[in-house]
Amino acid sequence: MSEWVIESPAATATPMSPGVLGPALTLARRELVRFFRQRNRVVGALLQPIIFFVFFGAALNNSFKPPTGAEGMSYQEYFFPGTIVMIVMFTAIFSTISIIEDRREGFLQSVLVSPAPRLGMVLGKVFGGSALAMIQALLFMCAGFFLKIKLDAVMIAQAAGILALISFALCGLGFIIAWRMDSTQGFHAIMSVFLLPMLMLSGAFFPDAGLPLWLSWIVKLNPLTYGVAALRHVLYDKPLPFLPDFKLSLALTAAFAAVTVIGSVLISGTRTTGDLQ
Amino acid sequence: MPTSEPIVSVESLSHDYGERRALDNLSFSASRGEIFGLLGPNGGGKTTTFRILSTLIRPTSGKVGIFGFDLLNKPREIQKRIGVVFQAPSLDKKLTAYENLHHQGRLYGLGGAQLSSRIGYLLDRVKLGDRANEYVETFSGGMRRRVELAKGLLHGPKLLLLDEPSTGLDPGARRDLWQYLRELAQQEGVTSLLTTHYMEEAAQCTRIAILNAGKLVALGAPDELRATIGGDVITIQSPNPEELQKNIAAQFSLNAELIDGTLRVETPRGHELVAKLGGAFPGAIDSMTISKPTLDDVFIKKTGHKFWVETEPSANGKDKKKKRR
Repeated sequence: MSEWVIESPAATATPMSPGVLGPALTLARRELVRFFRQRNRVVGALLQPIIFFVFFGAALNNSFKPPTGAEGMSYQEYFFPGTIVMIVMFTAIFSTISIIEDRREGFLQSVLVSPAPRLGMVLGKVFGGSALAMIQALLFMCAGFFLKIKLDAVMIAQAAGILALISFALCGLGFIIAWRMDSTQGFHAIMSVFLLPMLMLSGAFFPDAGLPLWLSWIVKLNPLTYGVAALRHVLYDKPLPFLPDFKLSLALTAAFAAVTVIGSVLISGTRTTGDLQ
Repeated sequence: MPTSEPIVSVESLSHDYGERRALDNLSFSASRGEIFGLLGPNGGGKTTTFRILSTLIRPTSGKVGIFGFDLLNKPREIQKRIGVVFQAPSLDKKLTAYENLHHQGRLYGLGGAQLSSRIGYLLDRVKLGDRANEYVETFSGGMRRRVELAKGLLHGPKLLLLDEPSTGLDPGARRDLWQYLRELAQQEGVTSLLTTHYMEEAAQCTRIAILNAGKLVALGAPDELRATIGGDVITIQSPNPEELQKNIAAQFSLNAELIDGTLRVETPRGHELVAKLGGAFPGAIDSMTISKPTLDDVFIKKTGHKFWVETEPSANGKDKKKKRR
């Protein structure tokens, strides 16, 4: 190998401050590019919820008892918003746990020594994960047209806003869980003992009517319950008296998102062993 | 900023990983345009120093100033001004070389045409201009190292921190790297601070700090350090080194050090002593070599053991990993 070419340098004179949004957007874009370059991930992400919805919907349709005030609702109708939240949860959380891979593969260390603020780094993951979650959720909603679900443009637009909040909240939650972990195996344990029950007991799969008292309290205390409720409110053209109030649900979902994103920023200021590999 | 002020100043820096002291009261400074080397065996404390200077970890105690900014109070100001080249890969293999550099630029507040031209310039400079749009996972180890270097230099830092930069480079690429570091120093006044465990590489630095078991054992220009050893170094292999050591002391009033089974004598005129020793102890000597002192000799003199010998369990790499949490 011979000498490297020498040209006149074009270095910057004064050091720049990157701000929050620049780093956040570039890191979010990286998440999207990485996702779409892995074809099996794309196919799996699109097919999995449809398969889930069709099989579950068909299997449980006969044994489903619609909650009071929503008589005549089929299980497929009930399960449709639940499936959307399930998509958002899996996508949001799986994309934020990539922070574990970023750390192991070394990409993270150069982000950590850069002048980009930690908020920028967190928002990069949150925006990236949320964008992926929402793309899939919206595609699934479009597929709803073929699954005999009645939706119009206003419903989809309102749903998109609520889904954005739910995705922020779940991406933030994923970040908080993943930040201190050094293997994805550890994350799967958390997934099955914490995240799946959270989804099960959010009203996504079944209404809380008829649940034992202690279980219905878990449902009430589960922040995801309110995200699911808000989404149901906008996706049905009839009032749903068995659910928490819409405005309350919306406010609590926004608070859930704020808490997990702020929590992510705080936890990302702490150092972990993974930086020292 | 006045050029007389050091670019990097480190005072009484110490760091503990749990119970283990990895760095003990280190002080040194580096000025503009220097290529400063941190030399030491594994576990010596050089990587810990690199991590502290690059803002990855906070020191247990001590003071660090970079460009006049305090590392503990103003890390952001330092981060804007330094370029960091890690030993472990930091590239996203699923992205192209160009994309990796583009993300890096955005993290440093660069953008637009300025960023594109800067990426083009640096990729040409490390001779990867024609591979800009290929995925990093298709690159060889040496090519990846060059992208890492371009990444560290992208925002035009005046201080470059490099952790074991020659690891994974073939000899030609290693020469190119060094030439480039010198050009950066001469043309743009860029200071480089690098860690290495290669003596030959340390010898090319303007100044070095030799670390062993977390402590600074020597500091200065390589030639100065070699000059602290008088004249020549004679190393003697003997079937019975202890006895020979006593005999040399008795007959020549010379202190021969016994290090790992080898006798070492420092002397102003090596060739004369070799002849005398050979005549005096014909059967007691297997071989003798005479050499000008190297940094190896400096290390041996200061620590009493060879460079590659693990000193004690606490300086051992395996132990280090266990202690970290």
